[in-house]
Amino acid sequence: MTDQAYNYAYLDEQTKRMLRRSILKAVAIPGFQIPFASREMPMPYGWGTGGMQVTCAVIGKQDTLKVIDQGADDTTNAVSIRKFFQTLAQAKTTEVTSEASIIQTRHRIPESPLQAGQILVYQVPIPEPLRFIEPRETETRLMHALQEYGVMHVKLYEDIARYGHIATAYAYPVKVNAHYIMDPSPIPKFDNPKMHQSPALQLFGAGREKRIYAIPPYTQVSSLDFEDHPFEVQSWDEPCAICGAQDSFLDEVVLDDRGTRQFICSDTDYCRQQQEANRD
Amino acid sequence: MTDQALLQVKQISKLYQPNKGCQNISFDLYPGEVLGIVGESGSGKSTLLRVISGREQPDVGEVLYRDRNQQVHSLFQVSESKRRHLLRSELGVVHQHPLDGLRPRVSAGGNIGERLMAVGSRHYGDIRARASQWLADVEIDIDRIDDTPLTYSGGMQQRLQIARNLVTEPSLIFMDEPTGGLDVSVQAKLLDLMRRLVQELNLAVIIVTHDLGVARLLADRLVVMKNSEIVETGLTDQVLDDPQHAYTQLLVSSVLQQ
Repeated sequence: MTDQAYNYAYLDEQTKRMLRRSILKAVAIPGFQIPFASREMPMPYGWGTGGMQVTCAVIGKQDTLKVIDQGADDTTNAVSIRKFFQTLAQAKTTEVTSEASIIQTRHRIPESPLQAGQILVYQVPIPEPLRFIEPRETETRLMHALQEYGVMHVKLYEDIARYGHIATAYAYPVKVNAHYIMDPSPIPKFDNPKMHQSPALQLFGAGREKRIYAIPPYTQVSSLDFEDHPFEVQSWDEPCAICGAQDSFLDEVVLDDRGTRQFICSDTDYCRQQQEANRD
Repeated sequence: MTDQALLQVKQISKLYQPNKGCQNISFDLYPGEVLGIVGESGSGKSTLLRVISGREQPDVGEVLYRDRNQQVHSLFQVSESKRRHLLRSELGVVHQHPLDGLRPRVSAGGNIGERLMAVGSRHYGDIRARASQWLADVEIDIDRIDDTPLTYSGGMQQRLQIARNLVTEPSLIFMDEPTGGLDVSVQAKLLDLMRRLVQELNLAVIIVTHDLGVARLLADRLVVMKNSEIVETGLTDQVLDDPQHAYTQLLVSSVLQQ
């Protein structure tokens, strides 16, 4: 049925070529936002239409797809996007990070280290890191071109002045390949160091804002900071309540209405691996 | 060295329609000098200021700026990045409405620190110390450093804007009616402050105003504009006490006498 109704991977071939051209440009200029003609996808903006279009453009029949939302494979958004590609791209799917050739993600980079040959596709809500301070697109483009990035530090300055430390915990701005400042989409800053010199290709798609950008493998990615307030990632006082991992990003889960709570891994695949390792 | 002009304006014209804008404007400005541009509304003062401060491309003419390393740059022939760098570091613009030149939702400290960070300062403690010092210099209570300009009074906003411009120790500041919209006592205080800063920092200033009182108090030299052209120029006292051009005579005589 689907053979008749839809082209392979939902989008028509011309659209996919357009997307691939944008992706190639993005890879050629790390961190630079390439405009593209974003299409209507069969779900609302904000649910990952940009990431989905990028995945549509890069997926093939030999690929294995993993989809995560907040690190979890079993949340609504992840499940429906995975099913979408199962149906329309006949893609093999997996929940194991190391087995996937394409990983579409929202909010997290998997805890297991990525390998060469893997593609990480991010769903990006607001691609422009300068937008909060400069509403004009013409001006932000000029600022990127001339590397006028002083205002990015104003944001961090305001954090320290108000809270005593850099309180930005997600979408923490990074400098890519010592040139463009990039918004790494809403991943926690805990994941920022994983982008640096990553062997995997990282593609970012923003559907509503119609922008694609990329970090090619083995690219320098540094998080902005001050000399006397260096960049640091979050840490927790306790290990994961399920698997005991001490090196992963933990979510706080409320268990009852009396204030009981526990911290568990946000990456469900990593948590499962740790549990299996503990059992052996 | 000091006898070399800091800013040379050569035959600038920027017209929106015949006699609207500015045309055939030439003058030199020397380090530490305060030049007043006076004239009626619509005479092209603000257009001229925008052009010579590098923010608006002139139709013809050239603006030459001598930087700290004694290198002369033509503001409209250097690359955009160089021009913007000069604007951020060695030049400053004080707008008539302070909120045009401030970030309203960023704290006062952040507003002052922005220019430092834009020229590469990356030490929070240093930036904050310099911001505090400049707040003190423009007589704003240090406790207000983390408040946003929106919570400031008009006079404080204007002083904050001046501090924000002076923090990178520029050699030349452009001011467009800096005392407009302030009440008389606040105006007087601001003028006092500006006079002190100009002397302490050996700052060159080009100040656009229609208030001859401000011009007399601050400016060493005056340029009088009418219908997009300069009609008279000279030392402030000379122009105001012995005006030659009919328009200047009218302007001087229209000031209320005590």
